[in-house]
Amino acid sequence: MKSTLFNMVAVLFVITLIASAGVGLVNMVTVDPIAAAKAKAVDDAILAVLPPFSEKSVKEIELDNMPVKVYTTSENGETVGYAVETMTKKGFNGIVKLMVGFAPTGEILNINVIEQAETPGLGTHMCDEDNNLIKSVKGKNPASMQLVKGCLAVKKDGGDVDALTAATISSRAYVDAVNRAYMAYKSVAGGEFAAEKVADEARKGGNNE
Amino acid sequence: MNKLSLVLRGIVKDNPTFVLVLGMCPTLGTTTSASNGFGMGVATMAVLIMSNLVISLIKNLIPDKVRIPAFIVVIASFVTIIQMLMQAYVPSLYAALGVFIPLIVVNCIILGRAEAFASKNSPFDSVLDGIGIGLGFTLSLTVIGAVREFLGSGSVFGHSLGLNYTDAATGSQMSYMPLVFILAPGAFLVLGYLMALFNKFAKK
Repeated sequence: MKSTLFNMVAVLFVITLIASAGVGLVNMVTVDPIAAAKAKAVDDAILAVLPPFSEKSVKEIELDNMPVKVYTTSENGETVGYAVETMTKKGFNGIVKLMVGFAPTGEILNINVIEQAETPGLGTHMCDEDNNLIKSVKGKNPASMQLVKGCLAVKKDGGDVDALTAATISSRAYVDAVNRAYMAYKSVAGGEFAAEKVADEARKGGNNE
Repeated sequence: MNKLSLVLRGIVKDNPTFVLVLGMCPTLGTTTSASNGFGMGVATMAVLIMSNLVISLIKNLIPDKVRIPAFIVVIASFVTIIQMLMQAYVPSLYAALGVFIPLIVVNCIILGRAEAFASKNSPFDSVLDGIGIGLGFTLSLTVIGAVREFLGSGSVFGHSLGLNYTDAATGSQMSYMPLVFILAPGAFLVLGYLMALFNKFAKK
């Protein structure tokens, strides 16, 4: 069709109008199922690291300019555990997100990788069940482990966490995220600390060593 | 033109990956495993069929000078709709393919077929062309993904062939296969060899 200013403007206007109406309509239909699917994904991630629960509450805090979510789960009014959605920007290919489950007494129950973009075959072993990283920390309270500057660390850095073979950077990132989870857990479970204060204290402790 | 040959042409003579060499970015980026390649191919095919149909229906209403913006709006709307539907009703598939879906908007196969075929042919022929090119793209990506997955991690469609050994020092599972095929250089190597093989046999 021959182009004139009027028909170009009119046709583009009508096409964008119909297209946006279509997208808007589908959005109206899918907004609730999407929210439900996302909520279920969070529940599934928590259930992968904690025992079954009936209620949960969430508290969002910021540590090192990264958002960390602490889910406190309870069954019949009794706290059964804390699931901490934590992250790090130190992964080999950027962001790594973990869900770390803590018992009410502070032991790490399990860790699940939510999101990662590490090198396939090397760093991606962090997603395996019973990999070195999980085996090193599972069932232990981070406070009872060998700490470097108040934080967990891989063996290469003087700590006692076994790293993944040929994936030291990925392992360090993983441990970094777990440390952030532990600080967030302490600030929520301990109640009286602000999260930043816990982090500051941990770093101060390191300087005195 | 015979209707069946319209479909078959997209798979062999005008194969988008090995002959037209279109859409290389998703081809190289998403074929780390056979199932990733297959999923990307199917999602692209769905968008391609719908966009070919709609563009061929409205081709006579669009002024020539604004046809490209009009095509892009149609394609982007379909991609957004598919993304929302997947997120709502098949969240597990969305979790696996979510990052690739927005890439379909800028896949030049879709704009290329809109421009080269759908804007000149009947709606029915355009749908057949979409099916053919879509199947060709899906098959190519699945084959590249399967080769890379086998060579790089020693598995086929996610099933490990047991080509692993346990590292004595650390106890972790290591693969005998050369990892490079999962990484970007392997994508170019596999694509190059498969393209050469395909053209050798398809030209006869």
